[in-house]
Amino acid sequence: MTVAVPIIEFEDVHKDFVVHRKAGRLRRERTVVRAVDGLSFAVERGAIVGYIGPNGAGKSTTVKLLTGILVPSAGRVSVAGLIPAKQRITLARRIGAMFGQRVQLWWDLPLIDSFDLLRHIYRIPEERYRQNLTEFRELLELDPFLRTPVRQLSLGQRIRGEVVAAMLHDPEVVFLDEPTIGLDVVAKQRVREFLTAANRERGVTVMLTTHDLADIERLCSRILILDRGRLVYDGGLEALKARYGGERTLVVDLEESGPALRVTDARVTRVDGPRQWIAFDRERTNAARLAAEVASQAALRDLTVEEPDIEDVVRRIYAERQVGRT
Amino acid sequence: MGELLDGIRLYGRLVAARVRAQLQYRTSFALDLAGNFFISFLDFAAILVIFSNVPQLGGWSVAEVALLYGMSNLAFALTDFAVGELDQFPQQIRDGTFDQVLIRPRGTLFQVVTGNFQLRRLGKALQALLILGYALTALPIEWTVDRLLVFALAVPAGTVIFCSVWVVAICIVFWAVDGREAANAFTYGGQFFTQFPINIYDRWLRRFLAYAVPLAFVAYFPALYVLHKSDPLGLPAWLGLLSPLVALAAAVAAGAVWGGAVRHYRSAGG
Repeated sequence: MTVAVPIIEFEDVHKDFVVHRKAGRLRRERTVVRAVDGLSFAVERGAIVGYIGPNGAGKSTTVKLLTGILVPSAGRVSVAGLIPAKQRITLARRIGAMFGQRVQLWWDLPLIDSFDLLRHIYRIPEERYRQNLTEFRELLELDPFLRTPVRQLSLGQRIRGEVVAAMLHDPEVVFLDEPTIGLDVVAKQRVREFLTAANRERGVTVMLTTHDLADIERLCSRILILDRGRLVYDGGLEALKARYGGERTLVVDLEESGPALRVTDARVTRVDGPRQWIAFDRERTNAARLAAEVASQAALRDLTVEEPDIEDVVRRIYAERQVGRT
Repeated sequence: MGELLDGIRLYGRLVAARVRAQLQYRTSFALDLAGNFFISFLDFAAILVIFSNVPQLGGWSVAEVALLYGMSNLAFALTDFAVGELDQFPQQIRDGTFDQVLIRPRGTLFQVVTGNFQLRRLGKALQALLILGYALTALPIEWTVDRLLVFALAVPAGTVIFCSVWVVAICIVFWAVDGREAANAFTYGGQFFTQFPINIYDRWLRRFLAYAVPLAFVAYFPALYVLHKSDPLGLPAWLGLLSPLVALAAAVAAGAVWGGAVRHYRSAGG
């Protein structure tokens, strides 16, 4: 992918961990685990990038390398023109982060007090702080619980607070680790809308790791998929579906129940009474041709076409790689 | 300089926020404070039990030991207030909260110790002050400028020395998350050590804890100087003047050890 103004750059980055394991009474076995294995990518300013992969794929290690928490074993990392491992504190003012369910707010202080302390920790200019807070309060509807101690907030309220905490100091890039996990539908939607607005109006670059594929479908213009410390996909959502999830499904409702239909260049994957599911590859055939073929065999009442969902797509990528490995 | 002032102001804000939060529950706070205060008296009662059996301990009278005890405990209470949060540090490493600290534009140690302040820890300081008050009225100290100076600087210097020991000791968890017990041997064990005249201890323990860890500079040497008492171990009196310098050196060393430990953590990887 060509990138106009990269704000995040990874160039052949490796990160090894040394793990000591007990072997016998006193002896310890030393093994090297390669968490990130020659990773290269760049992210342009103003993008919202979804960063996905199974547990242990190296997602959080990557985020730790980007924020300067960890020093890479080899390779070059650059964020906002800085080298995170060396310029961690300078970089800290220009990035924001939210690590899943971990609390960055002060547990027994009212939400507003946490924000005020963050203002001083980040040395946010008074004027700027006021503007941001006013705007965020409105977008995320914080007012009803702004003076409540954090420990008394519901999960959804707290996460809204956490997101604000990550954005108060006008970061250029924010890293969000599972920002919507455990939230109800309404709260999820609110957080997503907030991120979209911050991205559109402030040009904040967002990188988010998630297991919630709806987050990706609603938010991300680009997806990076990671497996065992390597990049296995980098591109848009549509292209991903086209490449790995080429199979769409035509769902047909017939007038009467019957045996599985016979169709060319496609296959029936499921039969449930008068309803049948026909999977097809869009390279080889199309819905119109299939519908005509079905109509010639049975009385057709209704039909819909289902797009492959991203969850299936990702599952398929991993399955393919698993096969390739053995 | 501006950096430093800004840091101090932020420290004040963090303490103030914490005070406000804890004062929300006045009754529970008062009980906590009182509990800490009385428990620390039981601690001193143990010393009185010893003196009910012997008139002197290693050549020290009960009032003299009370002076040592008061200085040591006041320094320790202030340490516990300032850096007591280090007790929670292994937990911060384990659950990854320390990563949060690494992505904020402030010093890591500053953020860790300001993570929480337990005001009730000051209950112990109250007890130490009372015992110090008793010692000062009971002892016939001739106050001169130098003795006054040594006495006044002993508690801040002792606090800095204790804080440094705490910081260095807790660094073990960067290598071994379960290392907290080992750290406690130096922190709580070290404080216990300083409550008594060091000449009562075994030679090797004394050499290690008093001079290598410099705990003798917390209360023992300054107390000798203030009491104008010659050291039963035969060490020169001017050692009592050195506490602030030793404190400074300990702080620099602790800063370096902490910095090195954080670097290790970041390259070996959380």
